[in-house]
Amino acid sequence: MANLDTAQGTMEVTDEVAIQIIGMHKWYGDFHVLKDIDMTVYRGERIVICGPSGSGKSTLIRCINRLEEHQQGQIIVDDIELTGDLKGIDAIRREVGMVFQHFNLFPHLTILENLTLAPIWVRKTPKAEAEETAMHYLERVKIPEQADKYPGQLSGGQQQRVAIARSLCMNPRIMLFDEPTSALDPEMISEVLDVMVGLAETGMTMICVTHEMGFARKVANRVIFMDGGEIIEQNEPEEFFNNPKSERTQLFLSQILSH
Amino acid sequence: MADLSYVRTESHPDMPPPSSEVGILAWLRQNLFSGWLNSLLTLAAIYLLYKILPPFFGWAFWNADWNGTTYKDCTSGGACWAMIRVRFDQFMYGFYPEAERWRVNLWVVLLFGSAIPLLIENSPGKKYFAIFLFILFPPIAYLLLYGGMGLRVVDTAQWGGLFLTLVLATVSIVVSLPLGIVFALGRRSNMPIVRMICIAFIELWRGVPLITVLFMGSVMLPLFLPPGTNFDKILRTLIVMSFFSAAYMAEVVRGGLQAIPKGQFEAAQAMGLSYWKMMALIILPQALKIVIPGIVNTFIGLFKDTTLVLVIGLFDFLTIVQAATTHKNWLGTSTEGYVFVAAVFWVFCFSMSRYSITLERRLDTGHRN
Repeated sequence: MANLDTAQGTMEVTDEVAIQIIGMHKWYGDFHVLKDIDMTVYRGERIVICGPSGSGKSTLIRCINRLEEHQQGQIIVDDIELTGDLKGIDAIRREVGMVFQHFNLFPHLTILENLTLAPIWVRKTPKAEAEETAMHYLERVKIPEQADKYPGQLSGGQQQRVAIARSLCMNPRIMLFDEPTSALDPEMISEVLDVMVGLAETGMTMICVTHEMGFARKVANRVIFMDGGEIIEQNEPEEFFNNPKSERTQLFLSQILSH
Repeated sequence: MADLSYVRTESHPDMPPPSSEVGILAWLRQNLFSGWLNSLLTLAAIYLLYKILPPFFGWAFWNADWNGTTYKDCTSGGACWAMIRVRFDQFMYGFYPEAERWRVNLWVVLLFGSAIPLLIENSPGKKYFAIFLFILFPPIAYLLLYGGMGLRVVDTAQWGGLFLTLVLATVSIVVSLPLGIVFALGRRSNMPIVRMICIAFIELWRGVPLITVLFMGSVMLPLFLPPGTNFDKILRTLIVMSFFSAAYMAEVVRGGLQAIPKGQFEAAQAMGLSYWKMMALIILPQALKIVIPGIVNTFIGLFKDTTLVLVIGLFDFLTIVQAATTHKNWLGTSTEGYVFVAAVFWVFCFSMSRYSITLERRLDTGHRN
C-alpha cells in the first residue's frame, strides 16, 4: 500500500455540507434496520463506516442514492431532499457515484462502453468526448490497455478499478463505496485501495463501507461505527482505534484487529 | 527428523500427450467403444442405419422418377418426384394468379434481401436495412401481395403454399418478439394494474390451444365487432398467431429478466439511467442473450404451428399437398408431397437453430454469473 502514508496531507475538509441525514429510520417489513440516523457529511470528507455484518452500514449508504428507500426522517444530498420525486432522485444519482462489492460492470459491453454509457445517455455528452474522458480515467486507474476487452476477461481487482473509473466518468461530487474490496482475492486488494487513496487525494467526498482498517487509519478523517442499525460511535481515526469509548466498539475492534 | 526443505531448481518440460489421448483411434475408443455396452450399442446403431438408409436412398434417389406428366409415368417403383416438379408453382404460391406471381417473388427477394444483412455480423449499412425492413417494408409488402395503387387486388382467399406459410411466420415472428418483451416487462412492473393486465393477457393466450384460438378468431371475433366490418381471414390469423406466440415469448423473456443479477439493475440506477434506458441498454441485451435458445425455440414452434391454419380453411404449404395430390393426374403421390414439405420445413427450422447457435457464440463475452 504505497501511497497511504502521504495521503492525508493534501486533503481538506470544507464547511460546505454535502450530505445531511436527519432522524432517518428504515424498516424491511417489520425489521427496523436503521434507527434514528443523524449524520452530516462535509464536502471533502473521507468517512469510513464499519461495523459487524447486518449492522445496517450498506443499507445506510444505499439510502443516500435511493437504492433503498427510507421511511422516516430526511436525507438531503447537495441541497436536494430525497423524496418520491423521480427528478430529485435522478439529479442526486447523477452527482453521486457508487462502487459495489461485486463490481456490477455490464458484462455485455466493453470496458470503454461501460465507462461511456452513462455520460452519453444520462449527461448527453458527445461520444468522442465521453471516450476521451473514459480513457483519461482508465489511465488514472492504470488499465488503459484493457479498454476494448470485456469485463469477463479482467481480474477482480481490474474490474473493481474499472468500476471506480466508470463512476468517475460521471464526474460525481460524492463517491459511495460499498465494501469495495470484500469480494477480491487478497493480492488484489491493494491495487484497488491505491486507486481509492489517489481519489481521496483529489479532495473527493467519499463514504466507504469497508473493513480495511489500514485504509481507514491513513485516509479517513472520520470513522463511524455502526451496530444494530444505530451509529454507536464516531471519531477521528487515531482516537477511534486507539481509544474507543463504547464497549461494542472495543469488542468489534478486538475481533477484527486481533489476528 | 529428516530434512523437510526442498527447492526445485529447474522446471519440468511440457511433454506430448500419450497416443491413447489423441487422434482418430483415441476418439473412436473414447466415444464409440469405451466399454462392452457402448461397443454393443455402436454396433446395433450401425446395423440399424444399414437397414434403414439404403432402402430410403433407393426410394428417394436411385429408383425415383423425376419426369412425367401423370402418376402413370412413375414406373420405377421409387418416389414420384415428377409430381413436385409439375405442381411446384402450386406448392410455392397456392392459387395466387399466375400473371401476378412476380409480385410474390419480388416480396421474397425484398424480405430476404433486407433481413439477411441484418443477421450477418458487421455487414455494412445495417441501420438502413433495419429501417427498410421494419418501417418501409410492411406497407410495400401489403401493396405487393394484396394489391392496390394500380396493382390488381389478389384476394387473400387465393393466397397459399409456402408463400402463405412465410407470410404467417414472418409477420408473427416480427410482431411477437417486441410484444412479448413488452408483456414480460409489464408482468414484472411495480404498477399493479399494468401487471394484472399483462398476467391476464399471457395466461389467457397461453391457456388455450392455438386451434381453439384460430377458430375463435375466425368464428367468434366477428360477433364482437360492429356488423358490417369485414375482417380479413388472414389478417385475423396473423393477429391470433402474433398474440399467441407473444404470450409464450413473454414468458421466455421473463425467464431471461429473472436471470439478471440485482446488481446490474442497481448499477444502472446508481448511474442515473431511467427505467427505459436501463432496460434497453443494460438489462434486455443481457436477458435476451440468455434466452436466445428459448426465443428460437418459440420461433421454430411458431413456424411449424402455421400449418394449423388448415382448420380454418387456409391452404398453407402443408395443406397444399392435399390439393396437389387429389388432382386426378397425381393420385397416390401424397407421400412424396409430405416428404418434400417436411424437408423444406426442416431446412427452415434447422437454419434458425444453427443461426441461434452462431448468435450465441458471437454474443459470448466470456462472462459467467
